[in-house]
Amino acid sequence: MTASTAHRERPKGTLGERFVRFWNRYLLFIYTGFAIVYLMAPVAIMALFSFNDPAGKSNFVWQGFTIDAWLHIFSVPGLQSAVTISIVIALLSTIVATILGTLIALALARHDFRGRSGTNLFIFLPMATPEIVLGASLLTLFVAIAAPPFFPLSAVTILIAHIMFNISFVVVTVRARLAGFPTHLEEAAMDLGANELTTFRKVTFPLILPGVMAAALLAFSLSIDDFVITNFTSGGTVTFPMFIYAKARIGIPPQVNVVGTIIFLSAVGLVALSTIMARRRAMRDEALARRSLTTETP
Amino acid sequence: MGGFLRRHKAIVPYLLLAPGLLWLAVFYIVPGIQMFLTSLWSGTLETGYEFSLSNVTNYTEALTRFWPQFSRSVLYGAAATVLTFLISYPLAYTIAFRGGRFKNLLLFLVVAPFFTSFLLRTISWKIILGDTGILFGPLKDLGVLPDEFRVLATPVAVVAGITYNFLPFMTLPIYVSLEKIDKCLVEAAEDLFATSFGAFRRITLPLSLPGVFAGSLLTFIPAMGDYVNAELLGNPQTTMIGNVIQNQFLNQNNYPTASALSFILMAGILVAVAVYARLLGTDELTAGGV
Repeated sequence: MTASTAHRERPKGTLGERFVRFWNRYLLFIYTGFAIVYLMAPVAIMALFSFNDPAGKSNFVWQGFTIDAWLHIFSVPGLQSAVTISIVIALLSTIVATILGTLIALALARHDFRGRSGTNLFIFLPMATPEIVLGASLLTLFVAIAAPPFFPLSAVTILIAHIMFNISFVVVTVRARLAGFPTHLEEAAMDLGANELTTFRKVTFPLILPGVMAAALLAFSLSIDDFVITNFTSGGTVTFPMFIYAKARIGIPPQVNVVGTIIFLSAVGLVALSTIMARRRAMRDEALARRSLTTETP
Repeated sequence: MGGFLRRHKAIVPYLLLAPGLLWLAVFYIVPGIQMFLTSLWSGTLETGYEFSLSNVTNYTEALTRFWPQFSRSVLYGAAATVLTFLISYPLAYTIAFRGGRFKNLLLFLVVAPFFTSFLLRTISWKIILGDTGILFGPLKDLGVLPDEFRVLATPVAVVAGITYNFLPFMTLPIYVSLEKIDKCLVEAAEDLFATSFGAFRRITLPLSLPGVFAGSLLTFIPAMGDYVNAELLGNPQTTMIGNVIQNQFLNQNNYPTASALSFILMAGILVAVAVYARLLGTDELTAGGV
């Protein structure tokens, strides 16, 4: 790219042109550096203030360095149960949404059927609806059938809501993975006498597994971070985001920053790990393909 | 089982779809219908509610009463969308055309803030933008800024917060559409003596419009419905329609008004999408989709 712009001799040019050249050569990179700093600044502040030693309750002003919060994470009453509830809901909603969403993605990517485009639109709609409308409409449903034995607002209603908004994201992620794979691998397996179930187990599932894992990771992080929809469907149940929100006005304890930092680091670690694994798998596949090519063509 | 499926192949996709679509039908469509019914209720939590079509006045009343919050949501949402576009485009352009082997790392850095809690990120901005905070405290001490200068608890802070929180929604679609552009087209234009700015204006920019379109929708829709930024970074004069819906639902228990407001918000968004699609052509809508 740089070579192709460098070989052309255009020394003078108008002022505008010279600006464009300068912009292309240096400013874009400087700008990108600033943009990354801007994007990461709040994360850095969050991590930094997990080491703050707030004199009073409020953790808005830097007072002094301490690792106290890291040593006594759950000394703040209510934090441990909030984190536990969030993790349990995130795990369960991820499992259910990943299964339901993967099945839909398989149907959309591998089968031709009546009502395809309608299904596509139906999957897209929940993602295009503002969270507040999703939460509010679920609340009206739970209120309308509220004679309390049925649907008291609780961890169960949060779980129902999280599964609902996660399904579409799983479908989109798994489908993106499936779109790249030709169907002839499955057809070959069937031709060799494998039945549907064996074909799925031995061919299709290993192929889509990375996509399914990516979808599950996305679903988990959406669920554990969700505040708006949870706020409408929680009743008195306190998840981790609800805990933060309740403390936001009076000042959150640094322990919350510790948990936030841990969640951030584990997510980054998981993504890095899956990237490395995907790269290694791609290299292995390439090596296999090359070897089979050389043995097949004498 | 396998034999039955082989004989009735056409049924397989519907079996795969059924559980997931059923879940969406019961917990997305039915609540939508229920919200519409609720918006035509009258009464209070204590007296009980009654449904009547004559309660369409709920809509007009809600609209007149909360008009300032509605217009503010549109204004803040639009301002934040324009800002995310201005910030995102050069960023996405650099990653797509100049990223080289750092492309994936840069993309990852754009998405990484999403791995932190949305609330904690917003609270971090509260620390950064505070009157004597990390950014303005030193500047005030140096005398660069007057003491009464403030950003926190102003509309600027709210728009800034929304801009920050939804930035990746704009950057990623623009990146995807820029990445798809055949680089030969740009080089051909330059070989045909277009200036590099001319090539950008007539080749790159038009070809990236689907991404801009998708990004604008993905930013504007959640920005309109957001209330966390207005709540944490704003003041009582910067409340948006989301704050009202939240308050009417969860504090006032005024379900009919709150449902009407949610419906108007949803309708407003659909109208905005339709107008936007008309302006840019419906092709852009489908081409820019995920």
